[in-house]
Amino acid sequence: MHRKSASNPFLEEVVATAPGGDALRTCLQCGTCGGSCPSGPDMDHTPRMLFAMINGGMREQVLRSNTPWYCVSCYYCTVRCPKEIPITEIMYALKRLAVRDGVYDDTTAPDFSKTFIHWVEEYGRSFELGLMGVHMIRHNPFGAFKIMDMGVGMVTKGRMGFAPTRIKALDGLKRILAKAKELEAQA
Amino acid sequence: MSEKVGVYICHCGSNIAGTVDVVELAKFAGELPGVTVSREYKFMCSSLGQELVAEDIQKQGLTRVVVGACSPHLHEKTFRRACATAGLNPYLMQMASLREQVSWVTEDKALALDKAKAMISGAVRRVQLQEELEPTPVPVNPNTLVVGGGVAGIQAALELADAGYPVFMVEREPSIGGHMAQFDKTFPTLDCSACILTPKMSDVGTHDKITLLSYAEVEEVTGFVGNFHVRIRKRARGVDEKDCTGCGICIEKCPRKVVDEVFEAGMGYRKAIYRPFPQAVPKFPVIDRANCTFYERGTCKACEKFCPTNAIKFDQEDSFLDLDIGNIILATGWDLFDARRLSQFGYGRLANVFTNLEFERLCNAAGPTDGKIVLRDGVTEPKSIALVHCVGSRDKTTNPQCSAVCCMAALKFGHLVMEKTQAEVTSFYIDIRAPHKNYEEFYDRLQDEGMHFVRGRVAEVTDAARRPEEEGKLIVQVEDTLVGKQRRLPFDMVVLMSGLQPRADAKEVGLRFGISCSMDGWFTERHPKLDPVATMTDGIFIAGVCQGPKDIPDSVAQGAAAASRIQGMIARGTVMIEPVVATIHEEHCSGCRICNNLCPFNAIEFLAEKGVSYINAALCKGCGTCVAACPAQAISGAHFNNQQINAEIEGLLYDAVRGNGGAPKPVAVPA
Amino acid sequence: MKYSYFPGCSLEKNAASYDVSTRAVASRLGMQFTEIEDWNCCGATEYVSLNLTAAYSLIARNLAQATKNTGLDQVVAPCSACYLNLRKADKVLGQDARLADRVGKALAAGGLSYKPGSLHVRHLLDVLYQDIGLEALTAAVTKPLTGLRVAPYYGCMIVRPSFHNGGEDPEYPISLDKILKALGAEVVDYPMKAHCCGGHMTQISEDTGFEMIRRLIKGADDYQTDVIATICPMCQLNLDGFQGAMNRHFSTNYHIPVLYFTQLIGLAMGMAPKDMGIGDEIVSAAKALTKIGTAVEPEPAGPARRKKDDKSLPMPSRGGGVA
Repeated sequence: MHRKSASNPFLEEVVATAPGGDALRTCLQCGTCGGSCPSGPDMDHTPRMLFAMINGGMREQVLRSNTPWYCVSCYYCTVRCPKEIPITEIMYALKRLAVRDGVYDDTTAPDFSKTFIHWVEEYGRSFELGLMGVHMIRHNPFGAFKIMDMGVGMVTKGRMGFAPTRIKALDGLKRILAKAKELEAQA
Repeated sequence: MSEKVGVYICHCGSNIAGTVDVVELAKFAGELPGVTVSREYKFMCSSLGQELVAEDIQKQGLTRVVVGACSPHLHEKTFRRACATAGLNPYLMQMASLREQVSWVTEDKALALDKAKAMISGAVRRVQLQEELEPTPVPVNPNTLVVGGGVAGIQAALELADAGYPVFMVEREPSIGGHMAQFDKTFPTLDCSACILTPKMSDVGTHDKITLLSYAEVEEVTGFVGNFHVRIRKRARGVDEKDCTGCGICIEKCPRKVVDEVFEAGMGYRKAIYRPFPQAVPKFPVIDRANCTFYERGTCKACEKFCPTNAIKFDQEDSFLDLDIGNIILATGWDLFDARRLSQFGYGRLANVFTNLEFERLCNAAGPTDGKIVLRDGVTEPKSIALVHCVGSRDKTTNPQCSAVCCMAALKFGHLVMEKTQAEVTSFYIDIRAPHKNYEEFYDRLQDEGMHFVRGRVAEVTDAARRPEEEGKLIVQVEDTLVGKQRRLPFDMVVLMSGLQPRADAKEVGLRFGISCSMDGWFTERHPKLDPVATMTDGIFIAGVCQGPKDIPDSVAQGAAAASRIQGMIARGTVMIEPVVATIHEEHCSGCRICNNLCPFNAIEFLAEKGVSYINAALCKGCGTCVAACPAQAISGAHFNNQQINAEIEGLLYDAVRGNGGAPKPVAVPA
Repeated sequence: MKYSYFPGCSLEKNAASYDVSTRAVASRLGMQFTEIEDWNCCGATEYVSLNLTAAYSLIARNLAQATKNTGLDQVVAPCSACYLNLRKADKVLGQDARLADRVGKALAAGGLSYKPGSLHVRHLLDVLYQDIGLEALTAAVTKPLTGLRVAPYYGCMIVRPSFHNGGEDPEYPISLDKILKALGAEVVDYPMKAHCCGGHMTQISEDTGFEMIRRLIKGADDYQTDVIATICPMCQLNLDGFQGAMNRHFSTNYHIPVLYFTQLIGLAMGMAPKDMGIGDEIVSAAKALTKIGTAVEPEPAGPARRKKDDKSLPMPSRGGGVA
């Protein structure tokens, strides 16, 4: 039985958003997550530090941190955590909170996800060329030159799709997603 | 003739009185049929409270006593004793648990008073039907069986033997000594482990009161406290102990070398005929038949050829010993966590990752490298060593408990490394646990000596280098939590502080002796705070790490504690068996035997000649299962017979109603 | 052996060789794949970062569509991310009643429904390892890959989190190793075999993304790997497609081809390289594949006798580590 914290509503918010999130209350601050993370060195705060900040009720700093956006979903932290905290799922939850409240400093990662999903919502399938095109123009205009060889290679080997594939029941999908978003907003 | 009941309502400070109107309750009790005196008092368990009861028994001629107070688990003994002192049979007293079952389960005062009245009524009715009972004395055999020859078992055995009582020690391995014999130095004194242990081992081996049965196991245990019968299997050594002088020529001449998985922790070799270590007690070697050429192919026999006293007996078979034992101490120790289960640490794959036990053998002067700390190649001296704490401890995915000794052992390793080599040593920890006498000072000493500490649980140990400076090294990847950054640190050698876990067969062994293991696998003590060496089974005691991870001083203390308890029982000569037991009335028993297999304590046997079942009162714990199950109602439970139980029910249901003005009251269900 | 087949967006174009080789191998081994009708994108790791209900509804639509393949309760996905998403959605919807309720309502808006637990979602690797088995695979090999040093690369999402990895060690799995061995290849004991390829990190931060790729390529190179075998199109794209850019970023000069394990299985079964999509890879595998059939040093017969002056300490054995 957990005593909900009246003094730290942010902790409660985070715990509620991820299944198994209650385990976060038992975090030992051992650092296994921060030690395991392959992208950890490039994060503002290690995952462990983020959990300490959540425990400290530092909502704004946590949501502005680039940490969840640098999570690659490798799940090393999750399988090694000695308290079985669902860390990766909590990272997803933090990203969702940041997006919902519009709280993030670096827009690169959120924009990437939004662009990816834009094509999915429009056609039912992802569209790599569209994704890379839009994203690179917006966030990495010279990046295209760096991967020119890959681009050329993909085209010559027939690995590049030039138009998005549209699913047949696209209307149905749009209704599903619209309904889903409506229900999520109420939840 | 009607009884004279005295009712005593305890306030228990404000524990009961804060919720239950004790004055009103005492008044209510005073008006119940059969009640002569009814009082309420602040602390019934105090001497004054008990004196109240005693005085009333003597002056008012009370024949029954009811105490409304805390749980019988806590003070039934206290009040029974108070009655006995005053001359009233202790079984003519009944407690009503007004605290655990009333004031601690509701804050509603009205509900509490109702329930309290019901419980007192029940107790008052019941107690008038209770009968005088006498516990049965059974003799205590002065023989004690100690299972396990580690330091806890050794301590227990020596204390009992020195007190003049016979001890039988059974040890599974060819020699006693346990894990402590494997260590190099012990923390925090840095005593040489073998040097402080072997004198005790030697004492055990030569003590005239101790019969050492090594390379043996307990096969079967029957009986009850003071009167156990134990069957022991002495495994065949292949060596006749009567003729063997311990000269060791057989070991020298044996051509078969085998990796010693047990004593050398897989780091060294032994022969097919071997002694685990030079100071082994007893000195007799053992033939490992699974790896002996003679048993495989029928040839070799070098040991037999060279033995000067013809002590080698290939055809020796296991023998059995039946013993009468009064009390048993289980001191069976622990197994090391298998670090291969956590593959991120690379144990078993990366050559220079070692476990703590392997490292002990490296440091030990009598070990496979004569005490030199070297890498797996047996030659190279490491210049940097990492100690990884909490491998298989404090981890819900493997063992959730803290293993109690590894932090101190890591400090010890740090010291040994700096004493024997020029290497730098770093400890990777979550917490440094140094709770006991001189332990914190030892930590300070190691910091002063130059040991490095990084607070972070190691994420992985790898040989996959990312940068040129990492090539050829073992990389420890960890978050240095005090700095807040992930670090990759190169080392020549990594030592994993593997945790302590229960023996693989602990559950099975426990069942053989009639005791249980807790959820985490250690033997269950009677009370974790107040009775850590006794078990729920009278006459069976536990000592040392088999009860839970602990260091050597605590293991020794527990061995001594268990021995002391047993000495007390032997000195008294008899032990009292509780009379709250079940009895089978032969004339009603049809011999259906339904009860036989239901008894959780194996207390019921079938007497074939008579065609009826019989309950051994010494084993019976009075649980009542057989009483309820018997289809012929041929079994009665003393102190819990049908009339007594029915009377209590009547009191619970009806008297409180009448006391509330007569109208039948609906059952109060909480909102 | 019949399965519903969920190719995933990548297998359409970018990883067409995975799709082609998978279908060919499946057919040869007697497996029948029925593509799920009108399936949609699983959302990868992107939708769950934005909107929980929408993300799970997107995934669940595929599960609902799969139930239209009557009689088929096994769904096989060759892509690790699709596999994890489908499997995780099935599990989470079975446990979180409130989320399941919202997703159910959303699906209903599209005229669909799905009852959690009605399908068994499997990764292609698991299906080949468990359902076909090593014996059958070995029997189907006509052109063993002897002489080819292959590093098995699992990536992360198939072995972690552990609820869905079929009992494999989440750090050091062995099913792909064993399959490659059955194909006759020399299997590299690749320490990075279950480390992350970085996913979409190349598009978020080049330093981070390329570094993660570099670690994997270097790790394979350190062990003289001829070919890396993958089981996921994202991993393949990262290791293959971005290898050039990574080389330029770090001024390294690696050239290690990355093929799908089904392409290697197909080759070993005697299928033509072109039919397996070999040649689609950016870092060409042509040179590496010429090593197939070259001589290999025979394994030493029996355990070597320990020399007299050998001071080395034994490595832990099967029963080691437990006193």
